[in-house]
Amino acid sequence: MSKKDPAIAELTANDFGPASRRALQDAPLRRALAKATNTFKGRREAALDEMPDWEALRTHGRAIKDETLSRLPHHLTRFIEQATAKGTQVHFAQDRAEACAWIGDLAERLEAKTVVKSKSMMTEEIGLNHALEARGLYPVETDLGEWIIQLAGETPSHIIVPAIHKSRESVAKLFEERLGAEPDLDAVRLTQLAREILRTSFLEAELGISGVNFAIAETGSFLVLENEGNARLTTSLPRVHVAIMGIEKLLPRWSDLETFLRLLPRSGTGQHLTSYQSIFTGPKRNPGDEGPDEMHVLILDNGRTDILADEVTRETLACIRCGACLNVCPVYAQVGGHSYGSVYPGPIGAILTPQLAGADQATPLPGASSLCGACRDVCPVKIDIPRILLHQRREVTRKLPWRAPFERLGFWVWARMASSPRLWRIGTYLIRPFVRFAGGSNLLSRGFCRLIPPLAAWSGGRSLPTPAKKSFRQQYEESRP
Amino acid sequence: MQVSLFVTCLVDQLRPEVGQATLALLEHAGCTVNFNPSQTCCGQPACNAGYEGEAQQVARHTMDVLAGDDPIVVPSGSCAAQLKHYADLFDAEDPDHARAVALAPRVHELSAFLVDQMNYDASGASFEGTLTWHDACHTLRELGVKDQPRHLLGQVAGAQLVEAPECETCCGFGGTFAIKMPEISVAMSDRKLDEIIALGVDSIVSTDISCLMQLGGRLISRGSNIRALHLAEILAP
Repeated sequence: MSKKDPAIAELTANDFGPASRRALQDAPLRRALAKATNTFKGRREAALDEMPDWEALRTHGRAIKDETLSRLPHHLTRFIEQATAKGTQVHFAQDRAEACAWIGDLAERLEAKTVVKSKSMMTEEIGLNHALEARGLYPVETDLGEWIIQLAGETPSHIIVPAIHKSRESVAKLFEERLGAEPDLDAVRLTQLAREILRTSFLEAELGISGVNFAIAETGSFLVLENEGNARLTTSLPRVHVAIMGIEKLLPRWSDLETFLRLLPRSGTGQHLTSYQSIFTGPKRNPGDEGPDEMHVLILDNGRTDILADEVTRETLACIRCGACLNVCPVYAQVGGHSYGSVYPGPIGAILTPQLAGADQATPLPGASSLCGACRDVCPVKIDIPRILLHQRREVTRKLPWRAPFERLGFWVWARMASSPRLWRIGTYLIRPFVRFAGGSNLLSRGFCRLIPPLAAWSGGRSLPTPAKKSFRQQYEESRP
Repeated sequence: MQVSLFVTCLVDQLRPEVGQATLALLEHAGCTVNFNPSQTCCGQPACNAGYEGEAQQVARHTMDVLAGDDPIVVPSGSCAAQLKHYADLFDAEDPDHARAVALAPRVHELSAFLVDQMNYDASGASFEGTLTWHDACHTLRELGVKDQPRHLLGQVAGAQLVEAPECETCCGFGGTFAIKMPEISVAMSDRKLDEIIALGVDSIVSTDISCLMQLGGRLISRGSNIRALHLAEILAP
């Protein structure tokens, strides 16, 4: 993978530091984030209160995912056979360039003037909209949040709530500026306006593009879950439907759906069921039937077989993109999705982005966590995100050993001290007065503190702790000779 | 009962009075406490920052220091969790892996040890004021310790426990995270502290000196007079 074209489109993950500091200065953003993440957290907890068997369900969901990933080629082959038998045309793409080119060619063959899209993280990952725009095609996002983002010329900041960073006021202002809407419309009027405009696109579109939540190997079917009905229109009104999915979206059996249709909505939005669950098993069979004439599934690798081959991080592919880890993450709640510089933000983004794009393309992300473990607790498929973050931090120090030379040297010295009682005793004895001095309130102390990076970083917003005159061990030895 | 005290580097260097309180508490509970002064740090900073070799080196030293069969009591959930997870640092064939596996069940966080192993009665202690409990992430999520400290605080004469709705939310410390991403770290603290200040309590109590250093340091910077106290300081006889 070349550096100029990482697997994830428009990746700026290496700017996490400055981007997150900008976000912290954005008071309206932080208010919107706090409100939204708390709402989703609360709804999820309420939905789980009614599920005494939640733990068993999570375990079962994970077991199905593990089973699938352990025999992925087998399940993929089965899916292709079954889907093809039902009249679906199945295609493969290795990377995002191939995928975007294939969809662009299809749209040109259809002479499509209007293309509608329902929400899909995979199309965000490959930057499909921009790739199509470069060919003179302008796909219309039809999920309300995605449509708002497209109107604003932004990227999504949450996996399932793309406009989570926007308040009602900012959306009203956007509609006023871009669409000439009356000022300060309420949420109902804003939605009505979006509906009216989108309706025309649905009726005109020759091509509908959707993502895939789950694909069933046993039957060749695939599912799209959504709450607005826009995906159903996207996939049924245009003459041609293309669904795009990563290789990891498979489930072996129809009966496996039951588990995931319970896990996903409760985790993501706190719903018992997603409002619209559309299952597709081939295009229309008879001229009088409803549905598209042509149905295509584009199966995309885009770096996933490499993840599958890594036994330490493989479980990342079990993710069902529910977004629960984002809603509980105390870091995400402060800095929002755009800070991560990747279409996959939050804890799952922090582990997935470096794997898809290469560790050097997202070096700050494994460190963008306090390792609190809240993400692991809510994950419906029990992905051990903190464990993978730690692994990736080791990978960064191993593969980029001189990225932080002073830190490396510091830990080298520290480890020698901490494994020698004598050095530890002398070292801590010598360091304590300096830290005590740095914590003082006089000018000299403050100047000294600024010279030592870790002390300066700490004391930016926190008072430095004052080391004791005598350590515990000194006190202990003196009192018990 | 013979126990081994792993006092942790932060308590040793910054808050020896917490070490003294822990010692007094364990002795009051009827334990004979062995403190090996060759102990240093559990090695978590290196482990967190991705320096595996350094983390292994310190882990080996700590396993040497804590050799034996006695229970190991740690007045910090985070350091206790690190000691319990030493096995993750070594390959399965490495002899140190077996040593780490043997060490893990001997390690106890202080409040869990007092309640689960010693059935300790804290009614001899007294504290005047209102306090709220901070569930340190590793104490809660790695060790599953949630009820034990509340049980003990409930027995302390005069102490009035007020629960904060966000008691399980991270304080923002996160080891090297606090230094590498200080602005986010402080913002995370503020989210907790805004709520705790609104509760109107006198003290925040936890069993992790690192969280207390973070929250306490931020409280001082904000000019608040709420104190950040270690559980042992409240329970000390």
